[in-house]
Amino acid sequence: MALLYVRRDMLAPQAPPASQSGAIHWVRDNLFKGPFNTILTLLAAWVLFELVSLSWPWLANGVWSGASSMADCRAAVAAKAGPDASGACWAMIRERWPQFIFGFYPPELWWRPILTFGLLFVALAPVLYADNKSAMSKLCGVVGVLTVICLIGADGFSFHTVLTIALFAALTAAAAIKPRLLLIVTLIFPFLALWMMWGGSIWGPISVMVGFALVVWVVITAQPKLGTIAATILAVLAFTAFFLDPISSVLDLAAGVVNFVASWFTSTNWHPTLAGSVFGLGFDLRNLLPLQPQVSEAWQAMLPYDLTYVASDKFGGFLLAFVIGVSSISISLPLGILLALGRRSDMFLVKTLSVGFIEFVRGVPLITMLFTASLLLQYFLPPQTKFDLILRVVILVTIFSAAYNAEVVRGGLAALPRGQYEAADALGLDYWQAQRLIIMPQALKISIPGIVSTFIGLFKDTTLVSFVGLADPLRGITTIVRADIAWKGIYWEPYIFVGAIFFLVCFGMSRYSMYLENKLKTDHR
Amino acid sequence: MKKSVFFGALAATTVLAGSAFAGTLDDVKARGELICGANVGLTGFGAPDATGAYKGFDVDLCKAIAAAVLGDAAKVKYVPTTGETRFTALASGEVDVLIRNSTWTYSRDTDLKFDFVAVNYYDGQGFMVKKELGVSSAKELDGATVCIQTGTTTELNLADFFKSNNISYTPVTVGDDSEALRQYDAGACDAYTTDASGLAASRASLANPADHIILPEIISKEPLGPVVRHGDNNWGDIVRWTYYALLEAEEKGITKANIDTVGTSTTDPEVKRLLGLEGDLGAMMGLDKEWAKRAIAASGNYGEIFEANIGTSTPIGLARGLNALWTQGGLQYAPPFR
Amino acid sequence: MTLATEPPKANFRLGMLIYDTRYRSYTIQVIVLILFALGVAWLANNTIENLAAKDKDINFGFLWNRAGYDIDQHLIPYTNDDSHFRALLVGLCNTLVVAFVGCVLSTVLGVIIGVLRLSKNWLVARLMTVYIEIFRNVPLLLWIILVYVVFSETRPEPKAFKIVDGTSQAQMNFFDTVAVTNRGMNVPYPMLTNPLPTFNIGFMPISLSLLAVIAVVAGSIYANILLRRRTKATQEATGIRPTIWWKSVLILIVPVTALLFAMGLHWDYPVFKGFNFKGGLNIAHSFTALTIALTLYYASVIAETVRAGIQAIAKGQSEASAALGLRPGRTMSLVILPQALRVIIPPLISQYLSLTKDTSLGIAVSYLDLRGTLGGITLNQTGRELECMTLMMLIYLIVSLIISAVMNAYNASVKLKER
Repeated sequence: MALLYVRRDMLAPQAPPASQSGAIHWVRDNLFKGPFNTILTLLAAWVLFELVSLSWPWLANGVWSGASSMADCRAAVAAKAGPDASGACWAMIRERWPQFIFGFYPPELWWRPILTFGLLFVALAPVLYADNKSAMSKLCGVVGVLTVICLIGADGFSFHTVLTIALFAALTAAAAIKPRLLLIVTLIFPFLALWMMWGGSIWGPISVMVGFALVVWVVITAQPKLGTIAATILAVLAFTAFFLDPISSVLDLAAGVVNFVASWFTSTNWHPTLAGSVFGLGFDLRNLLPLQPQVSEAWQAMLPYDLTYVASDKFGGFLLAFVIGVSSISISLPLGILLALGRRSDMFLVKTLSVGFIEFVRGVPLITMLFTASLLLQYFLPPQTKFDLILRVVILVTIFSAAYNAEVVRGGLAALPRGQYEAADALGLDYWQAQRLIIMPQALKISIPGIVSTFIGLFKDTTLVSFVGLADPLRGITTIVRADIAWKGIYWEPYIFVGAIFFLVCFGMSRYSMYLENKLKTDHR
Repeated sequence: MKKSVFFGALAATTVLAGSAFAGTLDDVKARGELICGANVGLTGFGAPDATGAYKGFDVDLCKAIAAAVLGDAAKVKYVPTTGETRFTALASGEVDVLIRNSTWTYSRDTDLKFDFVAVNYYDGQGFMVKKELGVSSAKELDGATVCIQTGTTTELNLADFFKSNNISYTPVTVGDDSEALRQYDAGACDAYTTDASGLAASRASLANPADHIILPEIISKEPLGPVVRHGDNNWGDIVRWTYYALLEAEEKGITKANIDTVGTSTTDPEVKRLLGLEGDLGAMMGLDKEWAKRAIAASGNYGEIFEANIGTSTPIGLARGLNALWTQGGLQYAPPFR
Repeated sequence: MTLATEPPKANFRLGMLIYDTRYRSYTIQVIVLILFALGVAWLANNTIENLAAKDKDINFGFLWNRAGYDIDQHLIPYTNDDSHFRALLVGLCNTLVVAFVGCVLSTVLGVIIGVLRLSKNWLVARLMTVYIEIFRNVPLLLWIILVYVVFSETRPEPKAFKIVDGTSQAQMNFFDTVAVTNRGMNVPYPMLTNPLPTFNIGFMPISLSLLAVIAVVAGSIYANILLRRRTKATQEATGIRPTIWWKSVLILIVPVTALLFAMGLHWDYPVFKGFNFKGGLNIAHSFTALTIALTLYYASVIAETVRAGIQAIAKGQSEASAALGLRPGRTMSLVILPQALRVIIPPLISQYLSLTKDTSLGIAVSYLDLRGTLGGITLNQTGRELECMTLMMLIYLIVSLIISAVMNAYNASVKLKER
């Protein structure tokens, strides 16, 4: 017998009461839950209101164009909103933005930094996406389109634009068909970038590249036949012969020793330039080495090809920030890896030196390193050595970030389970093989987010180079603009503009690093 | 002890071994470019404009030197220097000559091992205050807050001035000129002190120049001039006499406009010597005959450079004052060219 | 099973230095040592040559010459007649003060923001996220400059406080005791009518009055701790917790009040006179702005660390404390934060170090810290860049090492003791 008082059919679900749904519920639940929360909300709303009401008139009265000096701006604001109103003068940015971006880089050559910047992403692609074809070709395509847009904006539709379109089309195709090909771009990018940014003869970077290829070739061919140690020695010798001038310095040192000894007995001075004849070789050894400039000069004489040379003092603004940031971080990464390995080494001396170096660099402010670059480096290098301030700053910033990278990589190394090391030993791999094949690929993967944050920090810190007189976007270019009699009295606008660009770049990178972190996390758990 | 002897011996030999200082003149000629330590942000004296080209009173002297040595006033590379990095840049050989409002002082000349070869601007430290303060003398500034630019002689002068007048003050040490001016304008300091020339330039750029006065006291001597390294006397001579050539040109009425014709029309032997029409003055410093002519042609004589960059017709509006020629009651005086 | 055979010992060959792993590390270390020594010798040699070429020497004697310049903010007495060394000390003190205040404030603010970011209040959580992202992703130098400008552009000039016909344009705060002008903050300064004597130790004057106050306060706190401990014992023994708050208050307040009264404490209020406020304590905005900017910037960084630390604590912990009936606030302060602390401290150490090093950016707002005195004006006036820079790096290094040593010791003490 059926229970008659039991319903047979279900009631249609009813909408929740008004207080439990919709906007009101959300507001109550999220903003006014309890007295404490209510106070917080009101406080936050008040802060927001104050901020907006303080800055709104200034922003709303902004002058966007049609003013070529501060006086024009003041007049335009007064005409718009009455004599006492204050207003932003964005017209200054309109007139001076190229300086904030490119510094004093000649406008007809802007295509070079733009193209280099585009290629930077292509060069990074194999590192970021490994063998993922679709991601890589997408990246190449997007970067190509953006680069071309920038080029047309800066330069109009010119020969370089066509060249760039062709180049990026080829790269995108290569990424889609055989992503490994892009590794070539990664390898030649450092040399290409140097040449594109500074210009000069193409044979300089090519001969340097050849030199490095030679060293690698020596290692690869000699290592199986002669063993690691002999191969290393050969490689060092090859490198020295190609790039350095050891003979002069050895001779100078030898002369010093000989003279020191001789001064006890006689008063004669032994002259190092005579070294060639002392050894009976009949020529001055000093002219023989290094090979690299000779190779490059020979080729330049045969097949001259030059880009217009751009001196370092033309670099400024965000161009300078990127040059310093990117070159320092990329050179410092290998150094950082070596330092991290040194710090974890069993050898007491190697460990002590690594720890000492890392802790010293991390213990002093970057600004003192920059002052070292500008004031002290000249003392530590041989007399008459001169190279320009940007290069000196890059060297010191590299040293600085090497220490930070070393700590990041050390974190990655420490995160690897011990079993990985033991497994590598069990396989009979030697130290470098184990590092190359087992440890580093895993440790570096874990370290990538840390390296990205080091880069973000470093990129923000490039603003400090203004203290040694370089034209960074934040203080350097801004000071120059404010020294212009037409723009005297401008203050907030350049800082807001520069701050906004820094925010976009750094925020983008930190989001990317978080994305990477998440991606890597799922791989490991 | 032993060690230092060793390295001393080492050092001595290497210096003897004579990578030896090549003359700066040879360096510049070989490089094809003069490297000039410049100011990056001092309106009228040295600052890059919107296209990055450096302009100013000091910059024109760089151009004149380049014209004299290399024959082309455009062959100058300007290395931006701050108050703190300028002397190191010069000492390390990063720049050939420093023309950046540097005051000639005893210790800089001797202890820092530099040569101040001439004085291209006689300046003195002064004070600027707002009119509404009702101050008419710097001695009434007891208890005031004073903005100063760091890295200069001004901070020492200021301390000395207040000390000798037995009054107190609060210093605000600021990094650069435009920031100091902003602070002064905002009322963060009562007085702004720097070289009188800089004060005039700053006053001109304020919204209402008439609301500000420059106090009559000049509390220091600030002879500003080009600086070269100790020891390379020939290079020092070139910089010095290029500058004097500009002065002499003004005295003799040689201008940018008439430089090509004045040589033929004049009977003054000194003008002829200066322009290389008589004798060979240039050879004595390793230059050619027409060095001075090119230097003057680069941006005009001293008076023209002054008027074009900082003179009364410019927004900065400086009067010649001490920098008038000696014939007009000033201190600018070129030794004879013979 | 065979035992591992002893390696052959007798016949040592030269090749073993390279191929035998037992000896190879020595070979490598010897090579490294030689290279290192050569490198150092090369650098030293270059330095000596360069110094000789410039006709200079290394001599720290200049530190005892008259400095000749003025420093507006100094914690230890200083006039322009003092030596460069004393200017160095003034700078160092200024650096340390900013670093200390910055570390404390940014930790407090960072923890609050980090906790609020995880708040369920939508508006507050979003606001905090925006705050963190904006501050973290823009260079610190920009914040320092902007905060400074906000002060000097929005606050009135001192003369606005001048009383004309009974009124003034700007009002002082806190019952006419504090004046915030566009130059600095003028706050009352405690004065004593009959202070204890002051004597000098080396370069620093030590005020016995201050020492006495510190001693009395420390004593009171210690007494209070004893009192609480006894109360706790009573509670455990009898189950009843005696009311002690009035005793605590008495212990903490009465002795120090009595001492101050005996010494005749009164306040020196800032009064507008001439150009500036006279009397009281003047804190220049360069200090305030630098501290605030460092605090805001590092608070955003620390907030992220705190958030990560809190999120690293297993959810079960907060559920368990909810089950015990703790309110959310108490859950946070009694259960979550103490545990999160262990995760937070190691990154916090490096942020303290960064903050300390970043005080050197004070030069952008004319704050004369170590970098401004020794590495700035002294270097400029004496032209002794090698000595000044070396000394400055050394001092920063020592400060960094001390901070990291102290913090590491603290970290070791709170670390989970695993058995």
